[in-house]
Amino acid sequence: MIPDKRMTEEDVVAELRSGMTIGIGGWASRRKPMSLVRAILRSSLTDLTIVSYGGPDIGLLCAAGKVRKAIYGFVSLDTIALEPHFRIARQSGTVEAMELDEGMMLLGLQAAAWRVPFLPTRAGLGSDLLRVMPEIVTVRSPYPGPDGGDGEDLVAMPAIPLDAALIHMNRADQGGNGQFLGPDLYMDDLMAMAADKTYLSTERIVATDDLAAEGSFHTLRISRLMVTGVVEAPHGAHFTECMPDYGRDEAFQHEYAATATSPELWEAFKQTYLDVADEAEYQRVIGARA
Amino acid sequence: MTEATRDEVCVVAVAECFRGDGERLCNPIGTIPMIGGRLARETFEPYLVMTDGYAMFAANAMPVGVPDAPVVVEAWNPYPQMFGVLWNGKRHVMMGASQMDQFGNQNFACIGDWNKPKAQLLGFRGAPGNTINHTTSYFIPNHSAKLFVDHVDVVCGVGYDRARELGPVASRFHEIRRVVTNLATLDFATPDNRMRLRSVHPGVSIDEVIAATGFELVVDDRVSETRMPTDEELRLIRDVIDPNATRKAEVRA
Repeated sequence: MIPDKRMTEEDVVAELRSGMTIGIGGWASRRKPMSLVRAILRSSLTDLTIVSYGGPDIGLLCAAGKVRKAIYGFVSLDTIALEPHFRIARQSGTVEAMELDEGMMLLGLQAAAWRVPFLPTRAGLGSDLLRVMPEIVTVRSPYPGPDGGDGEDLVAMPAIPLDAALIHMNRADQGGNGQFLGPDLYMDDLMAMAADKTYLSTERIVATDDLAAEGSFHTLRISRLMVTGVVEAPHGAHFTECMPDYGRDEAFQHEYAATATSPELWEAFKQTYLDVADEAEYQRVIGARA
Repeated sequence: MTEATRDEVCVVAVAECFRGDGERLCNPIGTIPMIGGRLARETFEPYLVMTDGYAMFAANAMPVGVPDAPVVVEAWNPYPQMFGVLWNGKRHVMMGASQMDQFGNQNFACIGDWNKPKAQLLGFRGAPGNTINHTTSYFIPNHSAKLFVDHVDVVCGVGYDRARELGPVASRFHEIRRVVTNLATLDFATPDNRMRLRSVHPGVSIDEVIAATGFELVVDDRVSETRMPTDEELRLIRDVIDPNATRKAEVRA
């Protein structure tokens, strides 16, 4: 029997606490659980550690003063190489950073998902990554090296356990079986497994026996085993892309990015789009704009 | 066929970086790098594997800068899989740089102190993992003494001196093949792997390159002139791979 885990964005936020470490799925400005991010923006949550292959999720949360620390492989809007609000946060020193090689971050999430303290990797050796983040250290392999000599020194990428993960899927059932229909799952499955609780938003909740009609079984990569709550959020990834349901809203993204140039523009943007009652009102405002 | 312009010389110099790679993921990032990689595959390295820029390996000569160009998918390679290929080593990436020193240490993370950067740039992205796991080349469209510096602010991509310090085991997959700029082609074929002027592009003098480089470049008697594209290469660049001439925006003629 499939349990009913349906909830609203506000229900999700009610289960989060200030100071938590929250993973956000997607990649740059692609398939981000933006309706859940917007609910956090409307909340009193603060002092968060955000773990993300970052896009406007990190930028918006930084601009709104919600972030104490960001753990990221990059923070980009894709068509705008560097997230401008994140750039401001870094340059003003308001946000602590753990800036990882993209692959190292995968390993940190994988380690947390598998409940081991670290995973070894060559990535990071010789670079300044270990110099500027001395909390990341190397480990000596207990096995002989390829030359028969001492074991290799490798980077011990620490696990990145998450208090909560937020991911957005094209389809899901009410139990949290999630389906991605686009070209890439990104690290959403690892995020879900690395987290104590995972909240999944989706374009559309369908009956479990209809999932197979939406896409091949290969697309059913998120199991309800890993999911605490399911939020139906049509157009919920706006303004990031959610292929094949919709592409990125580039015009809106440009409007958003431009708000990093002045506090007045940001305040106006915030009032118009973020200080709204709920996600439904956001979608109405966006709809009226087009 | 009208004569080749500088951007087209750069494309061919980029293509030459991939010569000899055989069946390997050719993963150039940027406009001219992408055109150069595709040119290599269409000519002397036909078995190269290349992406569509997203999650697919595309077997056809996809034109760059043409939205919705048809893709012949030969394999699905989403990001988690890409890291598998990367760590497995069958990949040659070409990246950019904001700073680079004489041993090929590369920075595009930030300018200034990493803890409070004067300018936040891309972050480490994939550079540490790429450079220590497989072959890397670089394309620099703006060769200048501000970019080629004595010391980079943050080492993202690992250079030869850092690799040597790690020892032969840890650095056994490290190779910086070549650096192509708008002025010249550079490599590290010197006894201590300092950067060497390999060839100057037609119309560029050795002195110009030296003046635009902030450290002492090795200039020996092996410096040649970067080869010109063949007529067939020009046809492929202009008509097939980059019909909208997007390359012109990256390097001025």
